[in-house]
Amino acid sequence: MRVIIMGCGRVGAQLATLLDKDGHQVTVLDNKSYSFRWLPADFKGTALLGHGLDEVSLKKAGIEKADIFIAVTQGDNRNIMACQIAKHIFNVPKVICRIYDPLRRDLYITLGLEALSPTTIFAQMLKEKVVD
Amino acid sequence: MYIIIVGGGRLGYYLTRALLDEGHEVLVIEKDAGYSQTINSEFGSVSLHGDGCEVATLEAAGTGRADIFITVTGDDEDNLVACQLARHKFNVPRTIARVRNPQHEKVFKKLGIDATVSTTNLILEHIKHELPSHPLMHLLDIQEKGLEVVEVTIPPGSTSVGRQVKELPLPVDSILSLIIRKERKPTVPTNSTVIQAQDQIIAVIRPETEEDLRSALMGD
Repeated sequence: MRVIIMGCGRVGAQLATLLDKDGHQVTVLDNKSYSFRWLPADFKGTALLGHGLDEVSLKKAGIEKADIFIAVTQGDNRNIMACQIAKHIFNVPKVICRIYDPLRRDLYITLGLEALSPTTIFAQMLKEKVVD
Repeated sequence: MYIIIVGGGRLGYYLTRALLDEGHEVLVIEKDAGYSQTINSEFGSVSLHGDGCEVATLEAAGTGRADIFITVTGDDEDNLVACQLARHKFNVPRTIARVRNPQHEKVFKKLGIDATVSTTNLILEHIKHELPSHPLMHLLDIQEKGLEVVEVTIPPGSTSVGRQVKELPLPVDSILSLIIRKERKPTVPTNSTVIQAQDQIIAVIRPETEEDLRSALMGD
């Protein structure tokens, strides 16, 4: 599948690496080239310097033909806006958004966005460890 | 009316002043404690220090009873998300967002923001107006009707000079609504008004007919 990952931090780079190993066609988009240091030397996908809210960069990343768009930059609002552009302007079939703020996540789920909150998930995991 | 503004920078500051002068109840949500304090010391307690994209802040601001919600921060994504929270979580009837990147205007529209103001486009238009060869200047978008108000200054030698309005091949649905001449009162043109060089014409048109209007008034 053709996957675009916006944000090449620890999570973005690791996800890109995993999907690349599974044989998917991965493009990672970040606005700082220094971020690409997280990618392994044998990464076969594309690392693209560009802004995920910019139509030109998104088209360069191949958004018109992408099967999945995933936004994992540090900014909740940036992820939200990029995912809405992918979903509503470019009609990408599957869009996944990271939103740290659980309340904001709840709202965007009601608006039809597939969104995950690492805050909620990790807190839940820690709680289970404590309860064990 | 109760108006909430997100962003207390220069634009937020002057907007607050203008809206308070008009007698509205205004609250400015500003992330930076210093900016927030400046607004409070200048205008009385009208600024709330906090993040306008946080539900808790918006609750504290009484967003549920706001009539208008305006976002004027420097980041398009923050302006979008704050407006969407106001609209969908707090049911604010009217949301207005500043847009920095002109490309984002259509995104905001599509995502349900009632009105957008592209500061970049506004500045560009004004600079173009100061250049000698500007053909057409946008004054106002009437977005909900799909119309715009434009201004055209007739250069000497244009094909329309010396001709009556009814003789001009104006685009369908366009209305020449006002002619402003040097040292005279603005007049509403009729079919028999004769166009003169240096006339400033204010017209209401559909955006896609801009080029037709330009060539009807100035020639090719």
